[in-house]
Amino acid sequence: MSIISTLINGLSMGAVYALIALGYTMVYGIAKMLNFAHGDVIMVGSYVLFVFTMKSIKNPFLAILLAILFCVILGVLVECIAYRPLRGAPSLAVLITAIGVSFLLQSVAQLIFTVTPKQVTMFQFNSIEFNGLTIKTESIITLVVGMIVMIALTVFVNKSKTGRAMLAVSEDRGAAQLMGINVNRTIVITFAIGSALAAVASVFMLFIAPVTDPTLGAMPGIKAFVAAVLGGIGSIPGAMIGGVILGIVEQFALKYEFLASYSDAIVFAILILVLLVKPSGILGKKRHEKV
Amino acid sequence: MKSKKNFDWKTLLLGNKSYLLVAFITIVTGVLVGVGVITKRTPIITPDLLTQIAYTMIMVVSLNLVVGFLGELSLGHAGFMYIGAYVAGLTLYYTHSLIPFGLLRFLIAMLLGGLAAMLFGFIVGLPALRLRGDYLAIVTLAFGEIVRGVLKNITVGDMIKNPAVGFNIKDLTTSYSKYLFLIAFILVIVTIFCVQNIAKSKHGRAITAIKDNEIAARSMGVNITYYKLIVFAIAAFFAGVAGAIFANYTTVAPAIFDYNYSIEFLVMVVLGGMGSVFGSLISSIIIVFLNVQLRSLLTGNLAGLKNLVYALILIIMMIINASPKFVTLREKMNWSYVKSKLQSKKEKS
Repeated sequence: MSIISTLINGLSMGAVYALIALGYTMVYGIAKMLNFAHGDVIMVGSYVLFVFTMKSIKNPFLAILLAILFCVILGVLVECIAYRPLRGAPSLAVLITAIGVSFLLQSVAQLIFTVTPKQVTMFQFNSIEFNGLTIKTESIITLVVGMIVMIALTVFVNKSKTGRAMLAVSEDRGAAQLMGINVNRTIVITFAIGSALAAVASVFMLFIAPVTDPTLGAMPGIKAFVAAVLGGIGSIPGAMIGGVILGIVEQFALKYEFLASYSDAIVFAILILVLLVKPSGILGKKRHEKV
Repeated sequence: MKSKKNFDWKTLLLGNKSYLLVAFITIVTGVLVGVGVITKRTPIITPDLLTQIAYTMIMVVSLNLVVGFLGELSLGHAGFMYIGAYVAGLTLYYTHSLIPFGLLRFLIAMLLGGLAAMLFGFIVGLPALRLRGDYLAIVTLAFGEIVRGVLKNITVGDMIKNPAVGFNIKDLTTSYSKYLFLIAFILVIVTIFCVQNIAKSKHGRAITAIKDNEIAARSMGVNITYYKLIVFAIAAFFAGVAGAIFANYTTVAPAIFDYNYSIEFLVMVVLGGMGSVFGSLISSIIIVFLNVQLRSLLTGNLAGLKNLVYALILIIMMIINASPKFVTLREKMNWSYVKSKLQSKKEKS
């Protein structure tokens, strides 16, 4: 029985990782860059939630909307100010810039809110008792909302005009431009969607542990990136699969005492093993370098 | 035979500003400490600060070999340093009753630490053969976190009872701890010697060729497997050596060697200029000095300002150095470009 509840916890954790991983994978597929600062957008979202649920307004639903809005604006600003001037620069330069943006967001948060963790309680949940099985309501909510968001995103990308433009740009930027697609606009939209997903993920992160500090996003961000690479970076279903695998593995590692303190090491070891066996990830396409 | 005769030690050692800089620092500070002008209580410069500068220099120069010369991003350099510090610490702890000479003990510990890190550098170099760019960067980051995640759980006999807090072997180094910074600076010179000679040799040209275009380099007959592995192993060896110095100087704890520490070294490489050994040395001095000064100046929550400055350095340096628009602008602002324009104008008139 306890295996089932661990599985449900793992699935809901996996849904959070998948939401974050989608932001990484979409940006990587379309702008061909690793947005190292993506995890810190979650942290910014959690602070917006903190300000609007604990200090002013005190309406959690409005706070979630405002957090999404704020993160979208932030993501677009970062894209336009820091990443756009480097379009066409070597990938090493872009990656270092992204690391810089991550440092910047963390240090600004530290200057404004200090390093002391802040309590953010949005809703009160009860656990469900079912045949001697205790299931947390927030896990179910995370799982359901996460699935709805992912289905909506898949439909959006595959059916809408903008979504197809995104697919085209990720396939071949030059050809997409020749077909009349506004590449810069598509990249900005991708960043906006990724940041909105990160804001949703920040709500779920606060369900799991209702405190936030300036490094809240760093570790989940890196783990979600591991999930994205695991599933094959650039592939949207890959990010979802990778996120779920990572969440389940992590929850099962945490369940057993002798493995619990190694859970981070296990997650990263899986990444290295998968990349050694299949460098393009589970669903990734192998790209041949051309001269 | 002819080339051997032309081998000129004078230009090799004296015609190079990196050696001059480090030798100057070593001699001046060595004399000042020996005379007693610099002590633990001196404001601004202390032997501890000099030790910090020295091991940071070794870290940054060796990271520059990977990032600047080979062109691969490594975010796990602090992980190699941790391995070096750990192995060197264990060696020092378990040999201090066996080997009577402090300096000999230190050398053995340093070599073992370096070799252990080198072994792991070789292992991390293996995925580097199949992965490129961003993927490799994340694998090196994962490696550093694995090292931390494993070592924080292992207790070792009497020495490491509480692995999360780490260990401190400063009591065992009293016979040479006053002059630790001198040993460290001599090791900096050894590092510079190795890195510069690799960079200037035919091996260095092969490594640079891999950075510029891997496929072209391979088609010219460069053995990519060999060079990638060897660069990762050498850089890791020196990171291990820096770790050994670190273990002699302060507490070795898992919380120190996280990926932010690796990024700090990356900031210094970028600030000094990728591929420039002299630049690495200068930026290590500046950043370590600022770090120590700011640490006492900005306490508590203002400490975030330090990272804010790092972040701005990284972003602004990258945009100015690598942005296609700025590169053309810089070419136009270049003094020699303006000069040649003026000259051609003169010739016309």
